Amino acid sequence: MRTLFQRPESLTTSPTHYCPGCTHGIIHRLIAEVIDELGLRERAVGIAPVGCSVLAFNYFNMDFQEAAHGRAPAVATGIKRARPDLIVFTYQGDGDLASIGMAEIVHAANRGEKFTVVFVNNAVYGMTGGQMAPTTMPGQVTTTSPRGRDVGQVGYPVRMCELLASLRTPGFIERVAVHTPQHVVRARRVLRTAFELQRDKKCFTFVEFLSTCPTNWGLTPIEATKWLEENMAPYYPVQNFKKFEETQKAPEPAKEA
Amino acid sequence: MAKVLMKGNEAIAESAIRAGGLCYFCYPITPQSEVAEYMSRRMPEVGGAFLQAESEVAVPNMVYGASGAGARAWTSSSSPGISLMQEGISYIAAAELPAVFVNIVRAGPGLGGILPSQGDYLQAVKGGGHGDYRCLVLAPSSVQEAVDMMPLAFDRADRYRNPVMVVGDGMIGQMMEPVEFKDREFPPLPAKDWATTGAKGRKPNLVNSLHLDPKVEEELNVRLAAKYEKMRKEEVRSEEYNTDKPYRVLLVAYGTTARICKTVIAELAAQGIAAALLRPITLFPFPEAKVLELGRKAEFLLSVEMSMGQMVEDVHCAMGHEKPVYFFGRAGGIVPSPGEVVQAVKTRLEGLPHCPTGDAEANDERRMTNAGTSEGGKS
Repeated sequence: MRTLFQRPESLTTSPTHYCPGCTHGIIHRLIAEVIDELGLRERAVGIAPVGCSVLAFNYFNMDFQEAAHGRAPAVATGIKRARPDLIVFTYQGDGDLASIGMAEIVHAANRGEKFTVVFVNNAVYGMTGGQMAPTTMPGQVTTTSPRGRDVGQVGYPVRMCELLASLRTPGFIERVAVHTPQHVVRARRVLRTAFELQRDKKCFTFVEFLSTCPTNWGLTPIEATKWLEENMAPYYPVQNFKKFEETQKAPEPAKEA
Repeated sequence: MAKVLMKGNEAIAESAIRAGGLCYFCYPITPQSEVAEYMSRRMPEVGGAFLQAESEVAVPNMVYGASGAGARAWTSSSSPGISLMQEGISYIAAAELPAVFVNIVRAGPGLGGILPSQGDYLQAVKGGGHGDYRCLVLAPSSVQEAVDMMPLAFDRADRYRNPVMVVGDGMIGQMMEPVEFKDREFPPLPAKDWATTGAKGRKPNLVNSLHLDPKVEEELNVRLAAKYEKMRKEEVRSEEYNTDKPYRVLLVAYGTTARICKTVIAELAAQGIAAALLRPITLFPFPEAKVLELGRKAEFLLSVEMSMGQMVEDVHCAMGHEKPVYFFGRAGGIVPSPGEVVQAVKTRLEGLPHCPTGDAEANDERRMTNAGTSEGGKS
């Protein structure tokens, strides 16, 4: 008998605390499937953030470290520098990565740290109760932007892939979504590429997931999927921003003074 | 091994390397940048990891990651940088990770100045970051002692799974002295079977400081408290100087200030005044019992510091109301001269009959006349 579908070894049997319609569960599963597929579980170390996925270590069947808010790329840097043979990934939300952890992610990317960043962008602070995030859409109502995000006061949402892609060093940057089966299939392929590049010690790898938050958006899961498609997808295009090429790693020599 | 002449900062770096501190993360700051510069040269030679981080906020989190993966990880900085690191130190203490932090203290608060100070005493020994934790705090008073302390710092960090802080002032970091690197033997350490090194043939390991269940969090608090209690029993270190004969005055000072106090004792002796010194080597745990034992034999105690009075609180706490505890300090990066400490002692000796032992009035007077004492010293 051939097994067609089963729980990945890289996931535990714990039920998650995520809300109905949230995409964290799908993203967790994709990571677990890819790690299983590549046979990396026994040397994988995940970094849990502060935010909705703060308890991610309960759901992944592998070594984990819990980081301070925004500092996951610094923790991952420490692990990877100490043990380059380990497979390290951070799992971070938009408040964690694009707000309080902006310095850590930009510099980890710019150093070309050879770990994988999974960035989950749902345009809102979920865990703390739906406050405005750096990725909240213009006009989007949150508990700290009750009249909608006013770009005149707080600026436009930060596009992390585009921002990081402006750096010379980072090798692989791509934005994906998981709100339709087609997107899930594509996301899985992208995630696999990222982990393969890490396994082969090639480059910094960054995968942004557009995610829904029905609870804090005040929508049903189906409405939330539609809202993502209509509001987020046009502003945050689902595409590749950087493909790894061996040649791009060659640094320009410093000119003699 | 023959002695070599080395600057404090570089000697600390070399000693750390020899102690196996092969994961070093840093951010430049005066007056300790030579540690980073030295490490950047040496680490590739010894197969270690050197990384200049983006900030002192990131540094202790890198230390956290490396230590969590089983490495001997450490950093060095100076006061404003150490302030930024407090978040990471709190997490390291909570996750029970070994780590060594070297603070080459400069004058503060704020950006302060770059000259020597002991103004970070309270930050170092009372917690510094949020939550219920302590660092084991070691305070060298010479470059040689700093060199000898680094292996001890790494060993105790591993043994207690707790951050260890080595507090030297800018003088220790910048001064050149002859040093000898000695091999130090320690009892074997338990295997780091908690480290995240990949869950091969075992259950996953978790390095974590989040405990939403209050019972579990309190268990951690109790476990940490037991650790600090063990340190109080087993790790207290201090040096006595001139305590083997009768003395009227007990000086209490650590680091550079303690060296000055030895000169003070000689000058006082020349004037017919017997004084002794207690030098805390561990600032946490503080040598409370020694303060009490030696303080009882004196007419009063004088805490001499490069601050406006920080360790004096612990001296007072240890001595209770049995003997008056006075304070003399210079701050702002000014190192007290032996002459002004001598003057401070003599002022107190003359004033003693009018100063009832240990009552509230005496304490008020102590605080109110701090500035006056300093000025008196200048004359």
